Amino acid sequence: MGVSYGRGPLHLAAAVDLPDCFGAEPYLELVRLAERGGLDFVTLDDSFARPGPDALAVLSRAAPATRRIGLVPTVTTTHTEPFRVQAAVATLDWVSGGRAGWRIGVSAGEGEARLFGRRPAAPGPDLWDEAGEVADVAARLWDSWEDGAEIRDLPSGRFLDRDKLHRVDFTGAAFSVRGPSTVPRPPQGHPVRLVDATERQARTVAARYADVALVRAANPAQATAARDELRDRAQEFGRNPDTLRVLVSLLVDLGDGEHAAEPGHGGGGPRATGRGPLYRGGPVDLADLVAGWHADGVTDGFHLVPVEPRRDLERLVNGTVALLQHRGLFRTFYPGSTLREHLGLTRPANRYAVTGRNVMTGGMS
Amino acid sequence: MTVRPQMHLAVRFPAAGDTAAGDTVVRTGPRTGSRIAFPACERLARTAERGRFDFLLLDEGLRLPEHRGRLHELDPVGWPEPVAVLNALAGVTTRLGLAATADTACGEPYELARRIGTLDHLSGGRAAWRVAATPEAAENFRPGFHPEHAPRSTRTAEFVTVAQLLWDSWTPDGTPRPFTHRGRHFDLAGEFGLPRSPQGRPVVIRGDDCEEAREPAAATADVLLTRHAPLAAARARRAELGRRLAAHGRAPRDVKVMPAVTVVLGDTAAEAQERAAGIRRQRVTPQYALYALERLWGVDLCGHDPDGPLPGIAPRSGDRETLARVGRLRALAEEKGLSSRETVIEASGRPSFVGTPDAVAADLDAHVREGAVDGFLLAADGLEEFVDRVVPLLQERGVFRTEYKGATLRSHLGLDHPAREG
Repeated sequence: MGVSYGRGPLHLAAAVDLPDCFGAEPYLELVRLAERGGLDFVTLDDSFARPGPDALAVLSRAAPATRRIGLVPTVTTTHTEPFRVQAAVATLDWVSGGRAGWRIGVSAGEGEARLFGRRPAAPGPDLWDEAGEVADVAARLWDSWEDGAEIRDLPSGRFLDRDKLHRVDFTGAAFSVRGPSTVPRPPQGHPVRLVDATERQARTVAARYADVALVRAANPAQATAARDELRDRAQEFGRNPDTLRVLVSLLVDLGDGEHAAEPGHGGGGPRATGRGPLYRGGPVDLADLVAGWHADGVTDGFHLVPVEPRRDLERLVNGTVALLQHRGLFRTFYPGSTLREHLGLTRPANRYAVTGRNVMTGGMS
Repeated sequence: MTVRPQMHLAVRFPAAGDTAAGDTVVRTGPRTGSRIAFPACERLARTAERGRFDFLLLDEGLRLPEHRGRLHELDPVGWPEPVAVLNALAGVTTRLGLAATADTACGEPYELARRIGTLDHLSGGRAAWRVAATPEAAENFRPGFHPEHAPRSTRTAEFVTVAQLLWDSWTPDGTPRPFTHRGRHFDLAGEFGLPRSPQGRPVVIRGDDCEEAREPAAATADVLLTRHAPLAAARARRAELGRRLAAHGRAPRDVKVMPAVTVVLGDTAAEAQERAAGIRRQRVTPQYALYALERLWGVDLCGHDPDGPLPGIAPRSGDRETLARVGRLRALAEEKGLSSRETVIEASGRPSFVGTPDAVAADLDAHVREGAVDGFLLAADGLEEFVDRVVPLLQERGVFRTEYKGATLRSHLGLDHPAREG
């Protein structure tokens, strides 16, 4: 696979949201289907504002039913406990063997606030400021156990090496956490953090903390602009922008066959709708669009949200993805086993671990 | 023909890290990786289901234990978020009940009711919630949950009431209905995110370890976890529970009483005793003995020889309970001529049931037959051996199921589905 400037391998993800579905099996069918297509990950959205199961629970249920695909539930930060949120995401990483992600969300409505009765609904910027703090403290807590902190030394009876556990002593605007976590460092070190960077307030959190950012773009120019902005801001935060994957999120409706886009649609490209850019057309045209935008360096990949999940995901995998694979543009099997590996992201170093400590202080204890 | 009362069995993981747990599986298990790695959880759940257990209970950790201002490193720690693990285990089991400990001191009823309710839906009606309240963990949680803001027991009681209100809020035919609750601790309204549970309502598990927990437990518990007690004491406790239940309009069979027990088996009674003693010796390492003494004495005993006599100094605290416990240890050491470590070993908790599989099965059966308890919550330690050697004997006695009859945890426990008022 040729890699030109600013463009790595193509990444593909799909949403597996199902309205009014509370049992496991329909979700499992979709996740398995996405895995057959070799997709990087699936997302499952969540909100307290409408009926539906807890998304992290559903994808925990999907973990033993799949082997390679990344599992990225939305977990909100407004009415939840940061300490529990990070523990749950770390646990998803444990039960899936390193395939967990976390789509960071907020609860904006008064209705959701009333379900908790703890505090009134806050304005958007405050919610995202808090979400940023939760994203930050989560990563600190994931690092609060160094790898290998469980020593289980039988002769001394020590289960832990407390020198490898760390307080995080985090104080945010609305909460504080002392740490360490109660969950050992997850297999990926840090599960993948994903932020939908559509809203302006969310963009800062995406640039600063996200491994994957979603952008809404109806044409290549918009996608380029959004990607460039995120990469620039990531750099301002002291990050290497190549550690951020920017995916274009598209609604897809594959119900009508090739070249069936509405009049004036311009050959099957996406058009703006109230719910975000919508691609309506056939799986082959979609493959052309995906391949074209990616080849032009406009995006690292796509997050595709099927309008009719059962129908569209099947057409996506067996049509669009199969074609991209045939053209050598998308993986035909998973060379790695963790979501970070699928995304080409390294396992982060632990911020608390002192490299070479054993060499430097060996014999001093 | 009389029907033998049926026994209920459950297993708990990971061990809470207390000294009675005897967590030798963890200590002697694989030396690399984490004790919470999923394959270990999966193996345990499959073993419990092979043994036709009622449920698996996972503990929750909200902070790591400390000793003298530092993290305590001698006991196994590290707890996954239990509901996420149980959802994964729902995918590798088909009948086993899945119980999560979830704390009411740090959290909100809506979020917790939804998490447990989701587990119930995804597992086809196998979920249970073990109610816990750990105020010591406030350092890791949002403000407003600190215990001084409201008494713990009344908050917990109201928390459970709200959760049950939410679980019952949809109509039986699956239409959301608005709920409203305004109480001393919680004030919330809206629509719950989930239809009614496949088993009517998730099972509620509570403990009776302190006096003020008993009354709320009698009001709302489906399963009551207790301490193990000798037969006569357990029967008296059961009778007391019956009176409390009656005051709430509930029948004795509405609550299953399950003490937490440990079991050590051997081919002979002597061998079983020897194994039990060996486990205690293995657990109470020299470091562990010093740790236990430091906790009691309240002072730094660094440099004290665990193989020498008990510390000659007086404990820091002069309260009666501490002095009495130190006095008992001194008397024990003197009487048997024991070193510090040997004294701690001698004084450490004994397993609840020690003996041959036959003897243990008979003993367990007697506790159920006499109406003292309905079953037992076992430590994960030695589960495989228990399932292979004791469960078949219980089944031969006709006191434990050979197959699951129903699909839900309520049906395993012989509990009614809560009335489905319209």
